[in-house]
Amino acid sequence: MAAHTIENISLSSLLESVKRMKEQGFRLIQMSCTHKDTFILDYTFGKELDLFDLKIILQALIEVPSITSIFPAAFIYENEIHDLFGIPITKISIDYSGNLFKTSIKTPFGDQTAVSTNTPEK
Amino acid sequence: MAERTIIPFGPQHPVLPEPIHLDLVLEDEKVIEAIPSIGFIHRGLEKLVEKRDFLQYTYVAERICGICSFMHGLGYCQGIETLMNIEIPERALFLRTIWSEMSRIHSHLLWLGLTADAFGFESLFMQTWKIRETMLDIMEETSGGRVIMGSCTIGGVRKDIDRETLHRIVNQLADLEKQIHEITSVFEKDYTVQQRLVGLGTLTREDAYDLGAVGPMAKASGICLDMRQLGYAAYSRLDFTPIVASAGDSYARTLVRMQEIYQSIDLIRQCEAKMPLGPILTKVTGNPTGEYFMRVEQPRGEVIYYIKGNGTKFLDRVRIRTPTFANLPSLLKILQGCELADVPVLILTIDPCISCTER
Amino acid sequence: MSFFKMAKIITRNLFTSPATRKYPLTKRSNYSNTRGKIDIQIENCVHCGICQRRCPTGAITVNRIDKEWTIDPFACVTCGYCVDVCPKKCLSMNNQYSPSAHTKEKETHKDARVPDHTTNH
Repeated sequence: MAAHTIENISLSSLLESVKRMKEQGFRLIQMSCTHKDTFILDYTFGKELDLFDLKIILQALIEVPSITSIFPAAFIYENEIHDLFGIPITKISIDYSGNLFKTSIKTPFGDQTAVSTNTPEK
Repeated sequence: MAERTIIPFGPQHPVLPEPIHLDLVLEDEKVIEAIPSIGFIHRGLEKLVEKRDFLQYTYVAERICGICSFMHGLGYCQGIETLMNIEIPERALFLRTIWSEMSRIHSHLLWLGLTADAFGFESLFMQTWKIRETMLDIMEETSGGRVIMGSCTIGGVRKDIDRETLHRIVNQLADLEKQIHEITSVFEKDYTVQQRLVGLGTLTREDAYDLGAVGPMAKASGICLDMRQLGYAAYSRLDFTPIVASAGDSYARTLVRMQEIYQSIDLIRQCEAKMPLGPILTKVTGNPTGEYFMRVEQPRGEVIYYIKGNGTKFLDRVRIRTPTFANLPSLLKILQGCELADVPVLILTIDPCISCTER
Repeated sequence: MSFFKMAKIITRNLFTSPATRKYPLTKRSNYSNTRGKIDIQIENCVHCGICQRRCPTGAITVNRIDKEWTIDPFACVTCGYCVDVCPKKCLSMNNQYSPSAHTKEKETHKDARVPDHTTNH
């Protein structure tokens, strides 16, 4: 039977928990964010058929360190979360600075800001 | 120092089934790196969960993508059923498996045709899609739609397949298998196909694991990972082993997908033999609470449905991480160092489904 | 490794009938299960509005006062949810698709029956 564990951690212990996952042979499966009053970040790791999730609750838009130094494939998820939710993730290995996901409203899933000016008006 | 140019690829390109934009940095004819840009088909479907209750959302989830439509509905329904502890009737599990495998066959046939089109083999593309038409007709006869099947719902399935129809379909699939065999022997043995696919876009096993490759991308590099081994739907009662190759190049991925078509036909045959009689739907009452990660094996790889409920009929969050999104870092890796003429084949080799990626 | 593997299939195709239909001379008939347009038996409708609330695209509008039931066939995605939830089972799914048109017009059904006790001739 495949394991399915969800663990709550704090923002300060993020990098060492992620390093622990890497040492145990896990790989990054996905990263997700939920926004309802608070921002909840989910880092999901997997090894064979087991699933292990680390959950961080952020009260506001605070800076989150990138985990691309440990898991290089995380850059695509971190860019997506930055583009859609507006969470400032620092030191991403390949940072598209908001140009990965083109939407006419910036950060549509987070606290919405003004309409972006680089889409042509109808 | 050679001069570098930037060539935009997409969003409209004859070889792309859906729009994606890549800025290719070239030095003479070699690609140095590729910078992706997505969002052309973003419909905000994850945000729609605030306005549609969890029963209506099944119909939204099915329509995220046309090629993998049934399995999106399946992943969502199974996630809700796990959260609400609903027991599905046996017959519904087998019906869901049959439709999932039909989805897989038609998706891989579509991909084989598009790959043939990418390296210019138009007649092979047309022949493959001619076979696919029979598969789409079978899907329409049993579920009502050629593309969006609409038969999976929370609590079971909405339509039944009676025994005579199922027996006739299995016989039709046996005839189809002979036609598919003719086409796949062209892919396997033809000289021109091999010149375009062998040795192209090699992904080593360590790279595939670290970059998070899923589905046939990972299986062709030697990683044996198939979410059907988790035993959802009726897979725990069926007998199959995931197909793995070790070369890691585009030819290996083609072989893996071809073998998966034959495996799917065999799985449908096994389902017909083992399917019990009985009801196909259970009644659903109440609202979902809690959170769960549901993983389903789509034709392109592993899709994760993260569903969070809070006891009301509107869910808190539905997050869908599709396999093409997980394969994007691998794509950016295999594009480095290839020739410009090979870029369409390499983009197609990850089997991109951009409408799933952007939801 | 072989050459001309495809040539056998292509030469065979030269001598067999085409795989395509000569539409519109021969039309393809739909299966009995095919999901098409929504039909209503307006006499049985009680105008409860459940179909309007459940429709995922908002294609149905129910007017209880005027006893009208309107559907926008160009917004309908033929999911069939309205057919499943109707308490009076007056909605059904036809196996023919909605016809194409030049303008997007809604389709209204009105229950124009007048109750007996109001006619006093």
